[in-house]
Amino acid sequence: MNEAKRKLLNKRYRAEANFKLFGQIAIGLALLFLAVFMYKIFSKGYTAFQKTWIVTEVHYDKELMLIETDNPSLEDLENADYYDIAYKAMTRLDPSLPEEDDRQLIQMVAFTYEQEVKNHLLKNPSLLGKIVPIRLTASDDLDQVHKGNYPRDIPEEDRRVNDYQLKIYDILNERGDILSKFNLSFFTNPDSREAELAGIASSFMGTVFSILVCLAFSFPIAVLAAIYLEEFAPKNKFTDFIEVNINNLAAVPSIVFGLLGLGVLLAVFNLPRSTPLVGGITLSLMTLPTIIIAARASLKAVPPSIREAALAMGASNMQTTMHHTVPLSMPGTLSGTIIGLAQALGETAPLILIGMVAFVNTIPGTPVDPAASLPVQIYIWSESAERGFVEKVSACIMVLLGFLILMNLAAQIIRHKFERKWN
Amino acid sequence: MNLVLISLILLLGFSSYYFGRKKATIIQSSQRLTALPKFYGYYLAIWCAAPALIIFSLWSVFEPTIVKNFILADYLDQNLTKNELQLIYTKVKALALGTYTGDINNFLDNSAGKYIQIKNMANNAKIVIVLAALILSLSYAYQSIKKNNRMREPVEIFLKWVLFTASLAAVLVTIGIVFSLLFEAIRFFQSVRIFDFIFGTHWYPAKTFVRDGQPDPELMKDAFGAVPLFAGTFFIAFIAMCVAIPVGLLSGIYLAEYATRKVRKYAKPIIEILAGIPTVVYGFFAALTVGPFVKEIGNSLGLEVSSESALAAGAVMGVMIIPFISSLSDDVISAVPQNLRDGSYAMGATKSETIKKVIFPAALPGIVGSILLAVSRAVGETMIVVMASGLAANLTANPLESTSTITAQIVVILIGDQQFGDPKTQAAFALGISLFVVTLFLNVIALTVVKKYREKYE
Repeated sequence: MNEAKRKLLNKRYRAEANFKLFGQIAIGLALLFLAVFMYKIFSKGYTAFQKTWIVTEVHYDKELMLIETDNPSLEDLENADYYDIAYKAMTRLDPSLPEEDDRQLIQMVAFTYEQEVKNHLLKNPSLLGKIVPIRLTASDDLDQVHKGNYPRDIPEEDRRVNDYQLKIYDILNERGDILSKFNLSFFTNPDSREAELAGIASSFMGTVFSILVCLAFSFPIAVLAAIYLEEFAPKNKFTDFIEVNINNLAAVPSIVFGLLGLGVLLAVFNLPRSTPLVGGITLSLMTLPTIIIAARASLKAVPPSIREAALAMGASNMQTTMHHTVPLSMPGTLSGTIIGLAQALGETAPLILIGMVAFVNTIPGTPVDPAASLPVQIYIWSESAERGFVEKVSACIMVLLGFLILMNLAAQIIRHKFERKWN
Repeated sequence: MNLVLISLILLLGFSSYYFGRKKATIIQSSQRLTALPKFYGYYLAIWCAAPALIIFSLWSVFEPTIVKNFILADYLDQNLTKNELQLIYTKVKALALGTYTGDINNFLDNSAGKYIQIKNMANNAKIVIVLAALILSLSYAYQSIKKNNRMREPVEIFLKWVLFTASLAAVLVTIGIVFSLLFEAIRFFQSVRIFDFIFGTHWYPAKTFVRDGQPDPELMKDAFGAVPLFAGTFFIAFIAMCVAIPVGLLSGIYLAEYATRKVRKYAKPIIEILAGIPTVVYGFFAALTVGPFVKEIGNSLGLEVSSESALAAGAVMGVMIIPFISSLSDDVISAVPQNLRDGSYAMGATKSETIKKVIFPAALPGIVGSILLAVSRAVGETMIVVMASGLAANLTANPLESTSTITAQIVVILIGDQQFGDPKTQAAFALGISLFVVTLFLNVIALTVVKKYREKYE
């Protein structure tokens, strides 16, 4: 082998190694994106599962509460005045503060502190007349300070927490009067304009309802359509047209379905705006082609011998299909359905168009109550300027991703456990 | 009321199933049955419920239009426009339902009275007709059960029709999309020339609302030029493709040709997770992490970077699209017959030479198809752009400035309360139909190319 040939060969081998390396780099990049992404979301969001409280003492003073009877009933407690005792509970944190500056103390807790004082008593009516410790939800700014998400070294006028509040915070923290516990209210509260009170309960229920409506509409229609197309449809121009139609429908951008929901469901059929009912129907139109395609694939996978055996025993075509083919195809269809629903779960744009982006501070009880959904909640919160919402968004994303993972796992399990292999 | 009627029909339907089955066992004692007893039940139940439900739904669909025509017949001699008539009808309805707030005149009051009267009449007529249909069809079915006619065939034919109707649903959805978009878009093009829309370079719909919410025809001419949006859409899609094609294609090739079984088994599903993440999550990521990051890098290089840049949105969109390209091209490359590879190796080619000179050309149509599908995906993507690339429709080719897209503008226009009949809302539908046409075009080409390719090697 002469020199020139050896050189050429080396060059070719180098090219080979380089090409392989490029492939590895590409895969590595894709995985790196995923890792960075997950890291960012988790590192920003995990603190949202902790809630900060300020501990103080409250005196349930009958006189200040304007209770006149000796033995007040629950209704009397319900109607009592809590403004003064709640106010006193807060100013107790720093009695030396002049009265005109009391806003600074009050701003350290959520604006519902009066309600919290009231609820505490309603839960234990025996506390009336006593001085008891109570924990009040800290304001979102203080919450962020406590979690270390808020820079303390910037000039005071740029900060939402002023020097005085920081001083009080430090004193309380040293005394152990700042509590940090699992944030249950994130899961049980509806949306709120205040980050410290905002929770995902309303949007979660909205999501559950829309997914259920979506399932109720899309699953039966899609399965029936798939059965017709796979088992009964004659091969002609029209069924070809239906097939092309379904394939194209699966690739139509989701926002177009939102326009459809707006232009037809809301404008023509006059269904109630902003409700999971309309959202669910809109999503079902979107998942319809996905489920049809999955169901057809799994009907196709049932071997012809099953059909032939049934027909040979004298079953009609309809009986063969309904008693044998369809039940055997169900695992595949179900896992396809779950994957379709998981896609629908993450959809945002169509729901925004049909008005599920409205601010809802009640938990919807039926599919015709106005509601948001988890992805829309992410959008709403991320448009909000308050710092406290950033961790809420990340936490909401974690919940959403958790559900997606669960659904995909369920689809995998159904597929592996129940699907029969035919060879 | 309607709910009660439907429940009644369904209840009767279910009970007639049991009745029919029982009847079959009675017949059995004297003569041979023509089908299994349950088919007698199905037959009776179908005849009981189906005609009544069909009449009920047809009635419910047509009733509002007919009632409306009756009411508005009184106003026809007043030479009113369509919109004014619609407004009057809304008022009449609100008055009749007791939700009306505003001035009530005699005429309106009369119409509301008439509305209530007609509505009551229609309701009663509906109940009578539906129940009559139910009784008629039920008695017919009962007669044929008594005669012991064939029972299975009619039931199966009915089921087949149900299946067929379900398969029409997909077609109906397409028709619904096309018509709802067209209907509003045509009304939009009555007030804005289609030429101004397609070739205008200035998009600023908010400008049309200057005087008491009434659009100013002079301003409308220059406010709905969609060129910046078309350009922005394809610009961001182009940036996304610059990220997605190299990474996606190379990983697809690596997975198909180089990766060991084990790597493939784990790497493929992990990469596909990227496609399963909701787009709103990408949008948040782009707006909060990538946008500021791009801005910081740009500033340190002395460049002027908007915090909502096309680059950030496009790059994140590209990451989202990687798995589409990698999975599809992996499938396409794996489908290339082994003998092509073997032939190339036999000639002494290295693996990468085989891939570049033999497999890639052979798989090219399929790869092009998958890229087109990915482009269509990028064009239709909404949330990332809404959240990360701003909402101002700039006509620019600078990736560091903010641009807007068709989808983002649809969201901007339609978020919050919309009024139908206002050119801004209609503009969103006009954008929607252009989006639909573009993506449909891309999809049809892509699907045909991929299909042709599959046939070639099968």
